Amino acid sequence: MATKTVPGVLASFLQVDAAVDAITGLKAKGFRDLTVYSAAPNHEIDAALDHPISWVRLFTLIGGLVGCTAGFAMTIWMSYDWPLLVGGKPIGTPVPYVAIAFELTVLYGSLCTVAGMIILSSAKSLKGRPYDPKFSDDRIGIFVPCGPEQAPAVKDLLAHAGSEEVTVHGA
Amino acid sequence: MTAIVHEPHRPTQTHAEVTRDVLGTLGTPSRGYYMALFGAIAMFLVGLFTFVMLLKEGLGLAGYTPPVMWSVYITTFVFWIGIGHAGTLISAILFLFRSPWRTVVYRSTEAMTVFAVMTAALFPIIHIGRQWIFYWLLPYPNQRFLWPNFKSPLIWDVFAITTYFTVSTTFLVVGLVPDVSAIRDKVTGWRHNIYKMFSLGWTGSDSQWRNYSKGYLYLAALATPLVLSVHSVVSWDFAMSIIPGWHGTIFAPYFVAGAIYSGIGMVLTLLIPLRKVLKLEHMMTDYHFDNLAKLTLLTGSILFYAYAMEYFVAWYSGNIFEQTTFWRRAFGPMWWAGWSMIICNAFVSQLLWFKKVRTNLTSLFIISIFINLGMWFERFVIIASSLSNDYLPGAWQVPAVTWADWGILIGSFGWFFMYFLLFARTFPVVAIQEIKEMIPYPRKHGGGH
Repeated sequence: MATKTVPGVLASFLQVDAAVDAITGLKAKGFRDLTVYSAAPNHEIDAALDHPISWVRLFTLIGGLVGCTAGFAMTIWMSYDWPLLVGGKPIGTPVPYVAIAFELTVLYGSLCTVAGMIILSSAKSLKGRPYDPKFSDDRIGIFVPCGPEQAPAVKDLLAHAGSEEVTVHGA
Repeated sequence: MTAIVHEPHRPTQTHAEVTRDVLGTLGTPSRGYYMALFGAIAMFLVGLFTFVMLLKEGLGLAGYTPPVMWSVYITTFVFWIGIGHAGTLISAILFLFRSPWRTVVYRSTEAMTVFAVMTAALFPIIHIGRQWIFYWLLPYPNQRFLWPNFKSPLIWDVFAITTYFTVSTTFLVVGLVPDVSAIRDKVTGWRHNIYKMFSLGWTGSDSQWRNYSKGYLYLAALATPLVLSVHSVVSWDFAMSIIPGWHGTIFAPYFVAGAIYSGIGMVLTLLIPLRKVLKLEHMMTDYHFDNLAKLTLLTGSILFYAYAMEYFVAWYSGNIFEQTTFWRRAFGPMWWAGWSMIICNAFVSQLLWFKKVRTNLTSLFIISIFINLGMWFERFVIIASSLSNDYLPGAWQVPAVTWADWGILIGSFGWFFMYFLLFARTFPVVAIQEIKEMIPYPRKHGGGH
């Protein structure tokens, strides 16, 4: 089944300050649900969009804590599950188990970080939003979801900011 | 007056030129590439044949000579694990330190890490002899409800290497996603479909970058202590025992420095020809190799200190077994291995104090070969030479190195180079996205690129 196109205006920019001006202007007009495409992260664009900090860190923290707990729990439980005296050492010895707990902290923390990146990036669906291959090359793209009645004003604003090319989608 | 700012780390191309240049590396391979790949596959087949013979005849084919029951296979295992360390150092630690010169070289070093750890992981399995029960190392409840001994550094090693392999592969794959999407948008046909599948729906939208940048930072932060821990754990395989020559508290930092040193040696061995084959001379410049050489000098000097300190501690301890071991390393029946290690690692690295040597790629390549040789010999000396003279002088033996040892060693190089060459033609060996991040976008009134 073909994905339904989200109606709106797609603009392409060569200059970063033009794209930032467009984002600032659009936000001032009340357009919040913008999608900005770029080939690399850019601080000026980030500042203009003013998004809250990513929650990926929470996934990292939870993953790390789970891994650390799992590392100690597994080693201590398994030691006492079938107690074998090795080298006259105590059965459950947390100090050498730090090595296992550390490795599992890093392992779970990393895997949860990647899971967080995927989950949080998918939280905002980009389905139906137009994309142009030149955005992964050297152009900055801004897509503004809007109805046909708002499209001319948005188009004007983007062109005025310095867009190279503006197209209306789903009109 | 306008000041001229010299920024050798900043690429001189535009965003579009970066995509074009890196895409150019994925074109039709040259005859030299096919010859190198054929050579690697041939070497791998030598290893495969040897492995089949080991399965058929048993470990008796290898040169195990009591008391040297850890020999070439464990030596080569430690060698390959060490090679991997430079990749994570350059990709994760230097990322946190915001070293801009790493950008051009980190992708290929990261790939090198993954393939080196893949190679290393074969060796404990080859060494155990009965490969079909290797899973006994894993913590699963067997028929007698026995669990692994978690107090053993060998089990720590299982966890360390599994984690290292998983995290370094994850780090490589995550870094590749935006670059693969840039390739996807430039190619057509079946190649487009394949790159589309690997790009995981990446479009470079603001929401993707926001989570990606943070996630990448945390991955780097987690990989940083990991890289330092993995070779520390490998060193404890030896240092936790009481064998003279192994039982030293300096082993962890000594092994980590050695690992990074050997890894950068392999990076130089790979990148110097690669930049020529892939026509990346304008991206990988003398500046990058100069920095890699400085890192080699630093870690080589740490190794020099560690070698000196090992001898000093042996003398200062007053322990006759320790002193005998170190005397025999230099003047015993395996003196050739001991001196190869010291000359190739401690002395050859000191040539890098000279800028002319650091920026001359031919001399750097030759030095890198010495580093590879020296670091293999270092592990052979630590492992085989230490075991060859334990506490019972009557049992002392010099380990034999047989065709089965050489076969597996050659095969491991073939296996490693085969994967690296295939990677270099399939995925971007230079990080497109990170290079573009360093190039300012043009501005309305001039500036940028």
